[in-house]
Amino acid sequence: MELLEQFASGNLGAFEALFRQFQREVYFWILRIVRDPAAAEDLTVEAFWRIYRSHARFDPARSFAGWARRIATRVALDHLRKARVEVPLPEDLSMGPPPNPALDAERRAQIHRCFRALPAKLQVAATLALIEERPYQEIADALGISVGAVKLRVFRAVRWLRKSLAQAGVEI
Amino acid sequence: MNAAHDEKLRALLKAAFPPVRDADVPRDVWPAVLRRLAADRARVPWFDWALAAILAALIVMFPEVIPVLLYHL
Repeated sequence: MELLEQFASGNLGAFEALFRQFQREVYFWILRIVRDPAAAEDLTVEAFWRIYRSHARFDPARSFAGWARRIATRVALDHLRKARVEVPLPEDLSMGPPPNPALDAERRAQIHRCFRALPAKLQVAATLALIEERPYQEIADALGISVGAVKLRVFRAVRWLRKSLAQAGVEI
Repeated sequence: MNAAHDEKLRALLKAAFPPVRDADVPRDVWPAVLRRLAADRARVPWFDWALAAILAALIVMFPEVIPVLLYHL
């Protein structure tokens, strides 16, 4: 609690302690959304910079992790908005198991393209809910919206994807 | 849209985008955060630039204010 109060008053030492504690969590949360390790690293810097910049608005009675996650989500969302369509297909996702060999490269590329063409808001909700299978409540907290709104975004993303995959000739 | 169809789409996406496993330790980006904070501190806020521009314009248009300004400095 004391650490959070010190951070809220702008203490750089307290901020570093919180950074050390939450860097990993923030990084992997961003990586889950943007799915590009290099971008996730840069965005982690951006997220912590924004966290420190808004230290005065942080309420020490609340959870730092939740607040940091919300800022990290906003940073990732901004990145997706800017990087829309230009996102390269990550060959080495350097995280999970290798992509399903049953899925041929071209089909995979088409799925990536269709997914990356989704509006950023829908993309984030779909990534977290459908690919990462995070609980709706967690996604809602990170996005600062209601669970109902998350479900609606996922529904719209699924509808959009179905349509664009069908247009691209990808059978579901 | 039925549940089985949704499940197929989910499986397709999961096959195309393998889930993130947080086994790897991310690189320490603390020095980069510090650099970013330092750059932010060194940046002059737009309000200061605007104030300086107004002052310069005032001096150019009304040079007689210079002694007044010097007196107040």
